[in-house]
Amino acid sequence: MSLSLLSAPFTRADSQVQGIMVAVMLALLPATAFGIFIFGWPAFFLWAVTLLSALAFEALCLELAGKPVKAVLLDGSALLSGWLVAMTLPPWAPWWIGVVGAGLGVVVGKQVFGGLGQNPFNPAMLARVALLVAFPLEMTTWALPSLPFSSSAPGLFDSLAITFAGAPAADGMTGPTLIGNWKTEASQGRGLSESLVSGHYNVMASILGWKAGSLGETSSLLVALGGLWLLKKNIITWHIPVSLLATVALLASVFALTDGERYAGPLFHLTSGAVMLAAFFIATDYVTSPSSPAGQLIFGAGCGLFIFIIRTWGAYPEGAGFSVLLMNALTPVIDHYVRPRIYGRDLKGRPLDLPGGRR
Amino acid sequence: MAAFSFFSFGASGKIRGGVHPKPRKEATFDRPIETAFPLPERLYLCLQQHAGQPAEPVVRVGDKVLKGQLLAAGQGAISAPVHAPTSGVVTDILEYPAPHPSTLPTPTLLLEPDGEDRWIEIQGVADPFALPPEEISARVGAAGVVGMGGAAFPSAVKLNLGRKTRIQTLLINGGECEPYLTCDDRLMRERAADIVDGILIMLHGLECNKAIVGIEDNKPEAYAAVSAAAAPHGGKVEVRQVPSLYPMGWDKQLIRYFTGKEVPAGGRSADIGVLMHNVATAYAVQQAVRYGRPLVSRVVTVSGSAVSAPRNVEAPIGTLLADLLAFCGHRPDDTASYVMGGPMMGDFLPHPKVPLVKGTCGILALSPKEVAASDAKACIRCSRCVSACPAGLLPLEMMSRIRAGQLESALGYGLKDCISCGSCSYVCPSEIPLVHYFKYASGELVAREQNKHRTEQTKRLAEERQARFERQKQEQAALAAQRRLKAQQRKAEEAA
Repeated sequence: MSLSLLSAPFTRADSQVQGIMVAVMLALLPATAFGIFIFGWPAFFLWAVTLLSALAFEALCLELAGKPVKAVLLDGSALLSGWLVAMTLPPWAPWWIGVVGAGLGVVVGKQVFGGLGQNPFNPAMLARVALLVAFPLEMTTWALPSLPFSSSAPGLFDSLAITFAGAPAADGMTGPTLIGNWKTEASQGRGLSESLVSGHYNVMASILGWKAGSLGETSSLLVALGGLWLLKKNIITWHIPVSLLATVALLASVFALTDGERYAGPLFHLTSGAVMLAAFFIATDYVTSPSSPAGQLIFGAGCGLFIFIIRTWGAYPEGAGFSVLLMNALTPVIDHYVRPRIYGRDLKGRPLDLPGGRR
Repeated sequence: MAAFSFFSFGASGKIRGGVHPKPRKEATFDRPIETAFPLPERLYLCLQQHAGQPAEPVVRVGDKVLKGQLLAAGQGAISAPVHAPTSGVVTDILEYPAPHPSTLPTPTLLLEPDGEDRWIEIQGVADPFALPPEEISARVGAAGVVGMGGAAFPSAVKLNLGRKTRIQTLLINGGECEPYLTCDDRLMRERAADIVDGILIMLHGLECNKAIVGIEDNKPEAYAAVSAAAAPHGGKVEVRQVPSLYPMGWDKQLIRYFTGKEVPAGGRSADIGVLMHNVATAYAVQQAVRYGRPLVSRVVTVSGSAVSAPRNVEAPIGTLLADLLAFCGHRPDDTASYVMGGPMMGDFLPHPKVPLVKGTCGILALSPKEVAASDAKACIRCSRCVSACPAGLLPLEMMSRIRAGQLESALGYGLKDCISCGSCSYVCPSEIPLVHYFKYASGELVAREQNKHRTEQTKRLAEERQARFERQKQEQAALAAQRRLKAQQRKAEEAA
């Protein structure tokens, strides 16, 4: 007889692991669809290859470990990991980037630690950062957005060649990301106003996502809408997104006020790179973030702090992946020291004083 | 729930944690209490149906007894007497399966009703408020009244404690936050005046002037009825609505909600000037003091999908739960699980052929589709259990330590502060039986403590024995030496 028949409670909430994973993927759908819309067939191929590889790697690991393959595959966690990896890839990257990325995320990021719930680092960010270090060229070649079926959009066969045959993208079809451009220009001593012009910075286009960037990260608006929907569905809580975004915005505001030519403002920071995705989908990963609300606030603020530091003074243009991984490493420490106050006890766990000072 | 997790960060929120289980109360809350339950063929009266020492029989097999007659007297400081629920013959005193998941046999008194249901001569009081205050708890104790919400703690002991500690507020729990259960709801709707009378009697016994009745806002009829009954008594009995949230009926949660104060860990609510009783207990107190009727029956919810006519039944204590189920159209073939109490904190029963006791508020026959019965999956650390915990614990951390066998480490996470409310297990998307882990660990730690104590005691006894032997040896040696010395002296004297 199942244990749940013998021991209270005899009733359960409807929420299940699979449902949570599916909801997160639904929330990713608008931003992903938009990415595929503006970057064309190559983006779709890369996305599909990454997801299928993630499933294949998960199945392989489960088979090797002698665990039930079908039941665990159906929980949706491998598919979600693969999806998140795909979101962060340059949309025209060759197919093997997707395969290697999915392998790194699922195998090295998750299964070697014992599978779902056991990994210390966010699998998608681990894969992203490892790919960036190992394949810097492929990971920093950014396609420019174009309308489907327009003259600049690649046709189906060109797309197949881009993804599967390593055909180089035609001249004028790639360009730097906004942050990349800003960093390059800054390193050559040019100020922010100049680099924003040379990078064709447009506030509205940037928020909507019409710009060079990772497959699913360009539209901060759609990513944020997906995240808000998750908040509304109680899949995630507000603590990490709010503290992360507020920290980035606050630091950016303070520094931009001191030197607006050297430091980018909050709007630029919040709408570029992987900040939105990290705030709502990456840093909120249950497994690798603290479990107490106070711990989550600290965790989110730490991610925001590192993102700002790496972007502003680091060697890499984007810091979200590194920041989340750094804070992942701190999660056990945060969880150890930051715990909720227990009823009838003070924060240190001692019983509260009785009225009149008795203990 | 998101709104409540906001409070869980602060040092003192009004409500922490909690879940919203499907209420499933609609099956029974519209039907009046069934008072025409036919007397069963036999009544099984557990001698231990309260917290504390079991009662000691004062009748013998073959004795004819009247309704309300004392059958077994309470023993020691914490105990309660058991009275005859109807007139009849005591046919046996035997070991009979207890209403407990183990259904292990426990001393039980068997009563065969004679069908006349004749009361023994009972004495009520016309004006309970003219009695000396200590007389109230004496009468409540003699009537065998215990906490009717499930804990079954002798009410008189609590009243005495409350009078001694000079409590300022009497809280009356009309929360009934467990799904399915509606017995308190119906009692409040139908017998509000008696309940309020009982509250006033308790206030008199406690020498206290303030009572607050907390009723969940999903019981507007009960709230209206009790409010109307309390209205003539000036501000003495205040009736207030509380949010429908499980476990709102946890005494310490309700205390925090009404007073803003928390009971210090390891302490009692009386330590901060509060005492809590259930509405059904208030009713039993009123019956006991005003009419002199001992606690021999109670209202119990009979529900679940495997019951065709679910309702609240007023039944004599000692009725077999199986008889109650049968009375309400039970379909055994459709039953996956029997639960005594509510589905959140109730007890599993392997079969319902166990007696109704004073603390039983419900018997549920759940059909397979009602029972969540799939296997646990891996913890994804979603921390829903953390937001749900009303005690401010980290259930996922405690669980992972208990799984790793580190029970002491789980203690450091507040294992002893767990109230077993089941909110964590309820929300877990991986269906991990978290509470089960905590109950296991607590039990295991108690067993280890007892073992350690026993080992130490054995060791001490062995050491004492060793010391005694040593001492005896030394004494004998000293005696022998003395004797030798005397013998030598004698020899010396003889020689001289």
